[in-house]
Amino acid sequence: MRYAMAVDTKKCVGCSDCVVACQTENDVPIGYCRDWVVEINHGTYPQLETEIRSERCNHCDNSPCVRCCPTGASHYSEGGTVLVTKNKCIGCSACIESCPYDARYTHPDGYVDKCTFCLHRVKKGMQPACVAVCPTKCMYFGDLDDPNSPVTKMLKTRNYKVLAPEAGTKPNVYFLI
Amino acid sequence: MASRRDFIKISALGLGTATVSGSVAKAATKGIFGTEKLNKLMTTRTATYCEVCFWKCAGWTYTDGAGKIKKIIGNADDPHCNGRFCPRGTGGVGMYNDEDRLKTPLIRVKDENGNQTFREASWDEAFDVIAKGMQKIAKEHGPECVALFSHGSGGKFWGHLLKAYGSMNISAPSYAQCRGPREVAWIGTFGEGLGSPEPTDIRDTKCLVLIGSHLGENMHNGQVQEMSDAIDKGATIITVDPRFSTAASKSKYWLPIKPATDIALLLAWMNVLITEGWYDKDYVKQYTYGFEQLKNHVKTFTPEWAYGITTIKPDVIRKTAREMYNASPSLIVHPGRHVTWYGDDTQRLRSVAILNALLGSWGRRGGFYMGEGRSLPGFPHPEYPKPKRSWRDAFPGQYQLADLALANGICDATIPSADRDCSFKGWIVNGTNLIFTLPDMRNTLKAIESLDLMVVVDTMPMEITGYADVVLPECTYLERYDMIRTSKHREPTIALRAPAVEPKYNSKPGWWMAKQLGHKLGLDEYFKYKDIEEVLDWQLKKVGSSLDEMKKIGVKKFDREDGGHLYFDKGEEIEFFTNTGKIELYSTAMEDEGFDPLPKYTAHPEPPEGYYRLNYGRAPMHTFSRTANNPNLTDLMDENVVWVNPKVAKVWDLKTGQEVWLENQDGIVSTFPIKVRVTERIRWDSVYMVHGFGHKNEKLTRAHGKGASDSELITNVMIDPVMGGTGMRGNFVTFHVDKPEKGGLL
Repeated sequence: MRYAMAVDTKKCVGCSDCVVACQTENDVPIGYCRDWVVEINHGTYPQLETEIRSERCNHCDNSPCVRCCPTGASHYSEGGTVLVTKNKCIGCSACIESCPYDARYTHPDGYVDKCTFCLHRVKKGMQPACVAVCPTKCMYFGDLDDPNSPVTKMLKTRNYKVLAPEAGTKPNVYFLI
Repeated sequence: MASRRDFIKISALGLGTATVSGSVAKAATKGIFGTEKLNKLMTTRTATYCEVCFWKCAGWTYTDGAGKIKKIIGNADDPHCNGRFCPRGTGGVGMYNDEDRLKTPLIRVKDENGNQTFREASWDEAFDVIAKGMQKIAKEHGPECVALFSHGSGGKFWGHLLKAYGSMNISAPSYAQCRGPREVAWIGTFGEGLGSPEPTDIRDTKCLVLIGSHLGENMHNGQVQEMSDAIDKGATIITVDPRFSTAASKSKYWLPIKPATDIALLLAWMNVLITEGWYDKDYVKQYTYGFEQLKNHVKTFTPEWAYGITTIKPDVIRKTAREMYNASPSLIVHPGRHVTWYGDDTQRLRSVAILNALLGSWGRRGGFYMGEGRSLPGFPHPEYPKPKRSWRDAFPGQYQLADLALANGICDATIPSADRDCSFKGWIVNGTNLIFTLPDMRNTLKAIESLDLMVVVDTMPMEITGYADVVLPECTYLERYDMIRTSKHREPTIALRAPAVEPKYNSKPGWWMAKQLGHKLGLDEYFKYKDIEEVLDWQLKKVGSSLDEMKKIGVKKFDREDGGHLYFDKGEEIEFFTNTGKIELYSTAMEDEGFDPLPKYTAHPEPPEGYYRLNYGRAPMHTFSRTANNPNLTDLMDENVVWVNPKVAKVWDLKTGQEVWLENQDGIVSTFPIKVRVTERIRWDSVYMVHGFGHKNEKLTRAHGKGASDSELITNVMIDPVMGGTGMRGNFVTFHVDKPEKGGLL
């Protein structure tokens, strides 16, 4: 089982619903976030292109954060998700420094926090909160080993990219372009 | 001279603390679970529909065992949201949690030195002051001299109270400051308005044309969802906007039009469609009136003619016209929502309506569907007294085609004038920050100065509360019942809003306030029920449901009475509610009132040198100024910025992030500075900012001084002669890098 997500940049309008839904679902304190929206513009008026995308932890197959964690708090879990065990984390921030995606933050309670792919929901057969709420339905989540999962289907039919492929992290969040 | 109505910063708030329900959970803490765990296990959900904007999506409020609101999630059975709330709905909990909320009734008092302050009052005292004021106005001037401004569900109860008291002057800024021209244009063409949500069949469209409408930035939930569906299905999107909006970035064609020239483009499209024969000939023949007149009218409006006006190249105009024709009738030239731009807005929207008629999209799949709703019978009450006067008397012979009251009209008719024997003396303002919603603040403040009584009902200390005689703290939508939502859609649905928690502080629901005040005014006959639950249950039982059932399901769907007739059948005989019974390309109603029966392009003033047209719009995470202090939503966006083209930035030596003050053509300077965003996404002749920021009231602790207010800079208002709408896009601004001497209007 390999959990992955695909975000359709052709549909995302950057409304940030994914951000606020994640905050309320996961009790992320106001002022912090596990996912965020990026807008990239190219060209000069009126030859313009804008890409908008919702970003989060890439749950990499080759995660620098897991490798550098001195206590084993950062670890691989079900379906290859990368998680942090709160009470094992000493808040040293080595993982934050090592992440090429800037996907982690230090929670005011002292531990490092990040996207979990909403594993607590996924285990119940639900979609991650961001995917479930998105008004444009631009996010797809599922198991790459399952040929019928929405994410596998999208990657079969659409062009896509990953972020910072040069970092060699083998990310599991794909961007449909 | 001291003003009789000084702005008062609401102070001394803070009576008591939050009422916590769920004592069961508290008592059980000694069990095997910790409180936190137990509370999580005791999650319950309560039906609601959202009040953060007007789309009114139905959803569920989740509360834990301690009565704390955890999250709000869309109701999967609701066609407004399909189980997906937008960021504002998801962050609606911030409205409830906001510690800056109005907490108790306030009454304006004067001390011996003439200083005006608010004192905290009981509800009974507050109602006494209001009832006394209303009775005095009724006696001296007549009850018609009290008006209601409303934007929000609570307004229904105040409307009922006002009608019972003897005034029909009930207005909403959502009409003449927003969608009014569109309704009038549609009524004039198709014989009916669009309403909300608009019956645009976007999910099945093949071509969506947006005229300045920034879907995706305006988070009209169901429409944004369907636009996304349309993108999935490969629909062509054509966006006409001087700004490279989010929607423009999703479009096959972006037409970067010169601002204020849209009608020229729309006429050129008509010219191409008719000249080339690219229109639905059967539809036009069977259903429309005035084709020959239209054909003659647009003969000279060629793409070459429009190019000189709009800067859109003739081949692009032809190509996009062809795209529309290829897609027709599954095509939508979108009517938009906030359309009060240049004062000829009804005519612009008439052009949009005519294009839809030529291409046969009204009543067709992928065009516009025929919506259906299920209305509920009103709870019985005696007949309302017949008012002797209405707001229309202040404008003899004008705005006859306006189908609703004009908020700006009531405002104008409040300022005493020698031509009028009576002006408005009392305002009840429910859930709308008129200082920001009406253009030209100077005028609004002048009107307020002339009032004998002003009552403001709100959840937050918005600027308007500072001018009130009495402030009534309404509880948020998560803490109250409201009337059943009955809007039209593809299938008729009704939705319930029920309180998930007790009202915080000393706040109360609108229905309760209206009933209590009704009692003080001797209008008990109009409120013959114990509470709103009795009313809702009575109404729901009349349509085969009940309050109990609705509490369980939140949204109830009904079968369409016409058996699913969403679109016109081929060749079906249809009588439209116009003078001719046809879709009027040539408007007889407009002609009767002395207006152009076919739309014309008129040039609008352009910015003087060194000035840029002020365009404004929405951000997806905010609704007007209503959400500017919401803790969850300010976390996503806490200030607006002014978009400036790099060419303009170079002239003024502006950098992204730099603060500037804006000054408009009338010498009005923004009270607060605004940060610059240098971006290619805006034309060099205009600037852009998101509406609703730049709050002056320090009691809005998160919003105060964040960004600038576009409303403050909108002092030039171009009135639509057809229906009285307030065109607001004829204002031009320049930059000040250093704080100017003169201050703003706020």
